[in-house]
Amino acid sequence: MDIPSSDPRRNAPRLALHVPEPAYRPGDAPDFSNVTVPPAGSAPRPDSSAPARDTHPLVDHLVRVLDEDGRAVGPWDPRLSPDTMRKMLADMVTVRVFDDRMYRAQRQGKTSFYMKCTGEEAIAVAAATALDSEDMCFPTYRQQGLLVARGYPLVDMMCQIYSNAGDKLHGRQLPIMYSDKPHGFFSISGNLGTQYPQAVGWAMASAIKGDSRIAMGWIGEGATAEGDFHSALTFAAVYQAPVILAVVNNQWAISSFSGIAGSEQATFAARAVGYGVAGMRVDGNDALAVYAAVRWASERARANAGPTLIEFFTYRAEGHSTSDDPTGYRPAGEAQAWPLGDPVERLKAHLIGLGEWDEERHAALVKQADAGVRAAQKAAEAQGILPGQGFDRIGSMFEDVYADTPWHLAEQRDTALGEARTYLGRDAS
Amino acid sequence: MPTRNMIEAINDAHRVMMARDPDIVVFGEDVGYFGGVFRATAGLQQEFGKERCFDAPISEGGIVGTAVGMAAYGLKPVIEIQFADYIYPGYDQIVSEVARMRYRTAGEWTMPMVIRSPYGGGIFGGQTHSQSPEALFTHVAGLKVVIPSTPHDAKGLLIAAIEDPDPVLFFEPKRIYNGPFDGHHDKPVKPWSKHADSEVPDGHYTVPLGKARIVRPGNDLTVLAYGTMVHVALAAVEENGIDAEVIDLRTLLPLDIDTIEESVRKTGRCLVVQEATRTSGFVSELVTLVQERCFYHLEAPVGRVTGWDTPYPHAYEWIYFPGPIRMKQALEKVMAD
Ligand SMILES: Cc1ncc(C[n+]2csc(CCOP(=O)(O)OP(=O)(O)O)c2C)c(N)n1
Repeated sequence: MDIPSSDPRRNAPRLALHVPEPAYRPGDAPDFSNVTVPPAGSAPRPDSSAPARDTHPLVDHLVRVLDEDGRAVGPWDPRLSPDTMRKMLADMVTVRVFDDRMYRAQRQGKTSFYMKCTGEEAIAVAAATALDSEDMCFPTYRQQGLLVARGYPLVDMMCQIYSNAGDKLHGRQLPIMYSDKPHGFFSISGNLGTQYPQAVGWAMASAIKGDSRIAMGWIGEGATAEGDFHSALTFAAVYQAPVILAVVNNQWAISSFSGIAGSEQATFAARAVGYGVAGMRVDGNDALAVYAAVRWASERARANAGPTLIEFFTYRAEGHSTSDDPTGYRPAGEAQAWPLGDPVERLKAHLIGLGEWDEERHAALVKQADAGVRAAQKAAEAQGILPGQGFDRIGSMFEDVYADTPWHLAEQRDTALGEARTYLGRDAS
Repeated sequence: MPTRNMIEAINDAHRVMMARDPDIVVFGEDVGYFGGVFRATAGLQQEFGKERCFDAPISEGGIVGTAVGMAAYGLKPVIEIQFADYIYPGYDQIVSEVARMRYRTAGEWTMPMVIRSPYGGGIFGGQTHSQSPEALFTHVAGLKVVIPSTPHDAKGLLIAAIEDPDPVLFFEPKRIYNGPFDGHHDKPVKPWSKHADSEVPDGHYTVPLGKARIVRPGNDLTVLAYGTMVHVALAAVEENGIDAEVIDLRTLLPLDIDTIEESVRKTGRCLVVQEATRTSGFVSELVTLVQERCFYHLEAPVGRVTGWDTPYPHAYEWIYFPGPIRMKQALEKVMAD
């Protein structure tokens, strides 16, 4: 709309819309010189029961423990035992191997879809290590590491991915949308952000009942734009819910860079300030920093000192999903240029530096993880792969819509079984 | 004439209209630089600039709500909701604000906007990438609801929707983005280029809203369908050798009642078809209308083919999706009664 020349506003400055753009696009050389990486160990560590505002300097800092040489430094060093760190390393390696196998299975047409978490393994694995096993997790689709670290059988994860006879969700959910109550893993939703207020609600319930368990929720930086993110923070702050709210800032939401979610003007951790919630930004590729931050926030929650918002600063090394081709929107080689390195390599270097690990043992670990994943895959595939499923237990499709099956669903089930008989030339169940 | 698949046709409709009307702005998740996850807006940012085609934060409520403000200013937002399953966070803005603005302000403010969204199943999307929520919107006064079934119509209807003074929900059957799907999931799908309705003229043309299309004339039965189910219905009619008149509704709201009435009065039988969940679906409205207006011409109860009243299952997709067997049985029943 042009302003006519007779308009009294004609001399007013012309407004312009700001549309954020990433610094680099396909064809450009990746360069993260705009990312400030403070030295490991430089972030102060307030007491976990300190007032929320005492944490707020940390929303523009970056809590880091492992330095460039793989040494653990500064007040956030959680001083973990070598055994604990070896277990974390093994879980992270397993997640990576698992992701690679399942990605390949999707490419081989054995299932419809897969999502990797390459480069983000520490965020789930170290958090699971820092939480109590009874705490409840409200994850996104990139926290497969929670299940691995909590010892959920890989076969069961794979059966869900294949929607096969062993899938405890009866082929209803997309691959990777796991759910397992005994392992404290809440059902994953395809609808972004919905789990965030749910995590707060679970934590509020725990407080209402005088329980001692806490909840932790995860969200991508892209999905922080959803209203549910803001509802969650409001409720968490108002009721001082015993909850840890993690924002996984892996820089990309499908093709949209983090600026489209608002990262140009403030960090995601800084969202905590306006709500009066404790907040901090943490190196998400540093397993020890992730552990330390989650541990700190869990102590805070357990002491009735309130919720914590943690931004994990990381990078999505692979495509968004098997349906995505990231070369269409970001420079090749960005993952390698990422200044915070690879979480597996960094923890490995740390353990080697301590004299608690070596290349031979690491090679053996990778081999062992690979063998375990392969064996699980074989066992899972013996129970079926996605193509050809869908005709096995058709009746189950009509179960669990309600606790009791109403007449109309019973009728529809019978019709569907009749159709299947016509189609298959035999009875289906 | 150029042939285009449905995505290319939709892309072209945007291009034609953005070139004609500087007030059109296009935005949504991933629609800017990358051109949308289904590529419907590919190239628009490069051609028309970042201020007219841009990525939106992942906030459907924010996308629709800001579109309300833009429409109030005098722009014409054409927004994309990445999957229809994700329209619900924007539902309050659509239902309570967009739909009723003209009414509650006695025409002082109007909401000329188009809300596009890929919908429907058959792509192994599981329960959160497969839903057909059209009935939730046809229940809302003040909205128009359009669902194309061919590339030709997709472009012409989208242009008409953009030119329409009222808010239009434009649901795109994503199963047929690349080729018409006749419900035979075990057979390869032909590309659109082999189909007559993929001839999509360059430049501006419209397919008027509120006007159905007789896809196949016939005398013994009227089949009412829309979206992907038009192709499923057509194939089923032909496979079963029934002299049925197949009508593609194209616009659910407002509905082309004259074409429906005329056809049912002629054939005396009617079958209504939707992919969506059965109970309270849009076809329930069709059954009522046909019954109210053509009762004395009906020789049999109106038949109904739908999805089941369950969430959309991942593995059991082909038992959920209304396919050839369900169609055959329904056709036979309506013909026999
Ligand atoms: C409500 C809703 N809107 C849109 C989508 C489509 N969608 C799926 S994942 C995704 C990007 C999410 O990015 P982010 O939150 O940063 O998480 P990441 O995938 O990077 O881990 C989008 C837009 C969705 N699933 N739900």
